[in-house]
Amino acid sequence: MKVNDVILQTVTKIVVFIIFTFAFYLFFAGHHDTGGGFIGGLMAASALVLLYLSYDIDTISKAIPINYRTLIGVGVSVSTLTGIGSILLGYPFLSHTFEYVDFPFFGEIELATSVLFEFGVLFTVVGGTLTIILSISEDV
Amino acid sequence: MSWVHLMIVLPLLFAVLIPLLYKAFPRIHTGWFVLVVPVVIFGYLATYLPMLANGETALYEIPWIPYLDINFTVFVDGLGLIFALIISGIGALVIIYSIYYLSKAREALHNFYVYLMMFMGAMLGVVLSDNMIVLYLFWELTSISSFLLIAYWYQRKQSRFGAQKAMLITVLGGFAMLASIIMIHNITGTFSIREVIAQSDLLVQHDLFLPAMLLLLLGAFTKSAQFPFHIWLPDAMEAPTPISAYLHSATMVKAGIYLVARFTPAFGGTPEWFWIVTFVGLFTLIWGSLNAVKQRDLKGLLAFSTISQLGLIMSLLGMGSAALYFNPGDQGVQLHAYAVLAAVFHLINHSTFKGSLFMVVGIVDHETGTRDMRKLGGLMTIMPVSFTLAVIGSLSMAGLPPFNGFISKEMFFTGTLNAANLDIFNMATYGAIIPIVAWVASVFTFIYSIILVYRTFLGKYQPERLEKKAHEAPLGMLIPPSILGFLVLAIFFFPNVIGDYALKPMVASIIPSAAGVFDDYTISWWHGFVPELFMTMAVVALGLILFATLNRWIGLYNHMPQWMHLNNWFKHGLSGMERGSHKVIDWHMTGYIRDYLMYIFITIILIVGGSYFMLNDFTLYTDNLASINLFEIVLALVLLGSTVLVMATRSRLTAVVSVGVLGYVVALFFIILRAPDLALTQLAIETVSVALYLLCFYHLPKLKGRGEEEGEKFKVGNFIIALGIGSLVTLLALSVNGYNLFEPISTYYGDSYDLAGAANMVNAILADFRAFDTFLEIFVVAIAALGVYALVRLRLEKRGGTDESQ
Repeated sequence: MKVNDVILQTVTKIVVFIIFTFAFYLFFAGHHDTGGGFIGGLMAASALVLLYLSYDIDTISKAIPINYRTLIGVGVSVSTLTGIGSILLGYPFLSHTFEYVDFPFFGEIELATSVLFEFGVLFTVVGGTLTIILSISEDV
Repeated sequence: MSWVHLMIVLPLLFAVLIPLLYKAFPRIHTGWFVLVVPVVIFGYLATYLPMLANGETALYEIPWIPYLDINFTVFVDGLGLIFALIISGIGALVIIYSIYYLSKAREALHNFYVYLMMFMGAMLGVVLSDNMIVLYLFWELTSISSFLLIAYWYQRKQSRFGAQKAMLITVLGGFAMLASIIMIHNITGTFSIREVIAQSDLLVQHDLFLPAMLLLLLGAFTKSAQFPFHIWLPDAMEAPTPISAYLHSATMVKAGIYLVARFTPAFGGTPEWFWIVTFVGLFTLIWGSLNAVKQRDLKGLLAFSTISQLGLIMSLLGMGSAALYFNPGDQGVQLHAYAVLAAVFHLINHSTFKGSLFMVVGIVDHETGTRDMRKLGGLMTIMPVSFTLAVIGSLSMAGLPPFNGFISKEMFFTGTLNAANLDIFNMATYGAIIPIVAWVASVFTFIYSIILVYRTFLGKYQPERLEKKAHEAPLGMLIPPSILGFLVLAIFFFPNVIGDYALKPMVASIIPSAAGVFDDYTISWWHGFVPELFMTMAVVALGLILFATLNRWIGLYNHMPQWMHLNNWFKHGLSGMERGSHKVIDWHMTGYIRDYLMYIFITIILIVGGSYFMLNDFTLYTDNLASINLFEIVLALVLLGSTVLVMATRSRLTAVVSVGVLGYVVALFFIILRAPDLALTQLAIETVSVALYLLCFYHLPKLKGRGEEEGEKFKVGNFIIALGIGSLVTLLALSVNGYNLFEPISTYYGDSYDLAGAANMVNAILADFRAFDTFLEIFVVAIAALGVYALVRLRLEKRGGTDESQ
């Protein structure tokens, strides 16, 4: 018998966006406030887990056709490349730098290479968490 | 690089060619090619003899590992060169003999000659090396090649047993010797034997003198089959007879003799050396001769006879070392160096007659199919040449004229009588024992020598008990023992040729202070009516009486108590060690992770706690503590309560939930300790892990006969260990808290906004200052995720019951 969980699914549709926004915020705020790649990744993963809980794996896999194991690879590669980039420019591995750039319309914004590194962390955490949870739940 | 170096490595280099020659010339017996090697070596080394007779020595050096003072140094002096000549000379004869002894069609000849060449090169290296490490290297190579040769017929169980036994015992000695070499190096700072001898005063006064000496002697005694390490030699008789003749009578068993002789100038002149070497030698002498009489196997008899004769040589070296106690030119030097003269003389004589005896026994074995003396007899008319050679060898071994054994036996008696009159080292009290023991041993030597000839060649011929029809051996097999038999006679009639060219340089190497004292001394087979001659006459008389009544008293051997059979000690010792280690392993390697964790925790408590206790470093600092507020107290109480609940609950679900509570309280602690990043992460991670716990909990198998709600039983041992670890860690944390050895580096990170453009210091550390840690952490996450994926998906085996818990 299929349970009719329309309330859960409707709430999920709204809440997921809020969580994603929060994850997005945590990630970018990490440079100056509480947050960062790790917790941002965990938050984003929790939004995805909520989707999987409310719907079923097949539906979400169709809607979000991401292979999370690939995501792990992408994350690790991005972090590694930021390190290698600094070597190519003649600095030690994983040297980071930052610059204040005046963008039209947005005003002055700080751009830091460590954010790129954190992108890798984010992807790895999202990919890792979901790989673990999905492979276990598919097995059961 | 000198020619002598080349002579040492020549057999080793030639060993590489042997398999090729074996394959390339299948029609020619490989031994003919090999024969060239020892002949060349003998011929070359013999050219050094005149130089040695003039009292000169030669030294050649090749740097090997110079910064460790390890160099391939060759030192040609009397002792080393005569040994090298014995090795290559008897080696050549043994190879001729083996060509006729080993069948070309049936035997793996290439193996045989490769091992033999390895052995020959190693043995030459042992006797010619001046560097102790190089000596040790060659020493172990002799052990290994001897092991391979004993187990040449590896299909036989007895061969493998004998080889293993020889390996264990000689390698034990080899390691002891290595330890001794290192000690000697520590004392003297050199690996060169000549320099060690030059510093012998320093050596004998050092604290490590006794251990170094004992370990060195352990090496020498195991190799030379001295009591109680002689037990490997009778079992090594499973080797092919050419090997027994070569290794186990003429060369390898004399390596220990060589070692003792070589180090006599360094260690001799001290009472410890004198007593140990002399009495171990004497005991081996009498033990070997007593046991040889009861043997029924010809090679067994020869093995015990070898043991006995080696004991004789060893005891003479011990007695001779007393000469070093006296100053050069003293009357005592000549008196006691005489024993060394006797030792080296008997050493050469023993190589000749024992080599020929082994070869004769091999002929008997080869032509009749048995070595059992109970089946043999009456071969005199069938094998007249072998009989003649056996008589020459045996009577020389028994010490009768006109054979060379007579002269050295007389010199042995003289040496024992001299030693008995020593007035140093407490000899006045016990000295009389030495000649008596020597004399009794000689009686038994006489008896077994007669038994050897009588049982094999005299008596009644019993063709029905032999496997083959007996006949005389081919000429090629008779030539090598004939040469040795000829030497036995030649040395008797012209002893001074050997004396001038071999014995005097050897004595000069062993007792440097005796160099020159024998210059105008001539060895003579007739020395007048002296006590020694009467001793020999008494030996013959009593020996003949005892031999005639042999059947009346041979039964006494059956009454030998069980504990006197040293083989049993070895066998039980070995199996006892195996059983013991099995027991130890079974006892502590239980297979339960619980037990291993217990060992780990107990070890931590003992080592960490013990060292803190010994350093008396448990301290409590109170001056830098922060004040505690109510909120923290409440949180701590909740923490404590949930911890107790985790341990005390009988339900798994309660435990999982309590762990969740613990995690959230920790997150709260992070908040009040002002770590928002940690608190956020802790909350998220705790949620995930509790969810995973619940997943595991849901899939746990139902245990037989126990409900799901089965808690852990209380165990006092576990409680005590847990209490110990807990209090240890607490005490450590409290003690460490008081130390502030360095200025914390956190002030540097305080400038993170300027340095990294990040106001969040934690994030700046994670992503910038110490990004490398984070970099590897994400690899950990990646590996964990892929690991879980692989575990779940890649289930090659069928699903077992316990696998479901994933």
